[in-house]
Amino acid sequence: MTTAPGAAEATAEQAERWEPVIGLEVHVELSTRTKMFCGCATDFGGAPNTRTCPVCLGQPGSLPVANAGAVEYGIRLGLALGCRIAPDSRFHRKNYFYPDMPKNYQISQYDVPLCVGGGLEVVTGAGRRHVGITRVHMEEDTGKSSHVGSGGRIHGADHSLVDYNRAGIPLLEVVSEPDLRSAEEARAYLTELRAIVRTLGISDAKLEEGSMRCDANVSLRPVGHTVFGTRVEIKNMNSLRSLGRAILYEVVRQRGLLDAGEPVVQETRHWDEDAGRTSPLRRKEEITDYRYFPDPDLVPVMPAPEWVERLRADLPEMPGVTRSRLTEGLGLPAEQAHTLVHAGLAGLLQDAAAAGSGPAEAANWLTNEVLTWCAEHGVDPADAPLTGAALAELVGLVADGTLSARLGRSVLVDALDGRGTPGRIVAARGLRQISDSDRLAAAVDEAIAANPEAAARVREGNPKAVGPLVGAVMRATGGQANPRVVNELLRSRLAAPG
Amino acid sequence: MALSSEQVRHVAALARLALTDDEVEALREELSQILAYAEQVGEVATDDVPPTSHPFPLANVLRADDPRPSLPVTDALAGAPRAERDRFHVPRIVVEQP
Repeated sequence: MTTAPGAAEATAEQAERWEPVIGLEVHVELSTRTKMFCGCATDFGGAPNTRTCPVCLGQPGSLPVANAGAVEYGIRLGLALGCRIAPDSRFHRKNYFYPDMPKNYQISQYDVPLCVGGGLEVVTGAGRRHVGITRVHMEEDTGKSSHVGSGGRIHGADHSLVDYNRAGIPLLEVVSEPDLRSAEEARAYLTELRAIVRTLGISDAKLEEGSMRCDANVSLRPVGHTVFGTRVEIKNMNSLRSLGRAILYEVVRQRGLLDAGEPVVQETRHWDEDAGRTSPLRRKEEITDYRYFPDPDLVPVMPAPEWVERLRADLPEMPGVTRSRLTEGLGLPAEQAHTLVHAGLAGLLQDAAAAGSGPAEAANWLTNEVLTWCAEHGVDPADAPLTGAALAELVGLVADGTLSARLGRSVLVDALDGRGTPGRIVAARGLRQISDSDRLAAAVDEAIAANPEAAARVREGNPKAVGPLVGAVMRATGGQANPRVVNELLRSRLAAPG
Repeated sequence: MALSSEQVRHVAALARLALTDDEVEALREELSQILAYAEQVGEVATDDVPPTSHPFPLANVLRADDPRPSLPVTDALAGAPRAERDRFHVPRIVVEQP
């Protein structure tokens, strides 16, 4: 834990007079094979406008038909969040003029969403909190616009170009109750929701790539009051870090206004990550009268109770349960279990343990070297190119003395770089640790001869002086000498009074 | 129900229609008549009739999550007034207000 952000948070949020009230709206882009209402593929990276058809282009006479897979994903998320699955849910049209949807409306859900009334637990330094989930509803994603003649900004653009490949991809919108009280809790909530979504396998849920998006509603009220203050909606936060920073900024901004006796204006504000501030969104066409009405082209979704119960029975283990199994079952510390589960590494750990690795050793490699490698290579840890069997093999090679910890790290990095299994890498690089004192004797003698001053200091009873000698042996053996054996050899050679 | 001129102007703004005062007045009368016609439903609707958006007893019309071919990009863009780099060319979205 670093001090700087913590201190900023303390200033912003432990202010005596005002309590932040935060709710999040999270969009989850589903990893179904096809769009929400048509059979166009959802694969990422298609050339512009090659994944469109009359339905998602809004051509007259075309008829949308809901994707059973997307409905199933929605029900599964609702069940995982403890929601009630609506026996009769409807699709509505949300009308607006903006070219990111060719129909001039987005199909969404309004008064009868698919799932209502669940919740999840978040744990932060401030303790445990239950955060209510108001609803989970289905809708469709919009197209992607690029703005020409303004350096990519919508303001000042000469015109815009639209690619409708993304238009119609299924989304679930998860709306929380205004139960969050700090930026830290908001981050913890989003982290937990992401872990649940990934566990269900319904989305890759990547904030940086937009497959999970988050808007925050933030208001302040006097501590002890129950009535909400005027809220501001913040958009455009593309990482957990952005979410935390944007909320902190907004809390400080609103507190400044309220302390000065000025009102907070209800509006939508845009988070600018580079500038580190929010600013109001001004769009001429931003009229919030969406005139929702039931889509006459789509019939109600009435999930059969048997279907819902079958999906409930098939739910995978939720992250909270996995965490307790890692702590209570495998004896890992709570913080490490949390890190593994949220990084999507719990499966790898369990595979390694099943392949014979000690859980603590496997967990340490994962939370240190593997996470570092992933961060350096921009790889999502959930996609780390490593199997449980390979990790268990590495743990075994270090445990039986074939590899020192240092060589183990080097072999693990090679394995992650795709150079084969740890066993093959050790064989290919000739990397066996040398623990045989006879084979090390010559190098030890050379080191003593080459470093007479250090050797003399050790003989005079200064054990720390052995360091340069060990280093010399390690260099001479290409890092393969067993440091413990080298230490023993040096000490025995230099112990006798000279 | 008789609409006010204000309501007509509001609906026109939502639909991006520029109306003259004469058109507002003409539409106010016509729309009021259409609403009055629709209001006849209220004469038969009673408390035990739930609001009905879909009159047919049909639900769960779903399709399997199986991909189907999309349109070739040239067909997708065929109806676009303008296209550029295989994308739909649309006019300036945000008009700066004076």
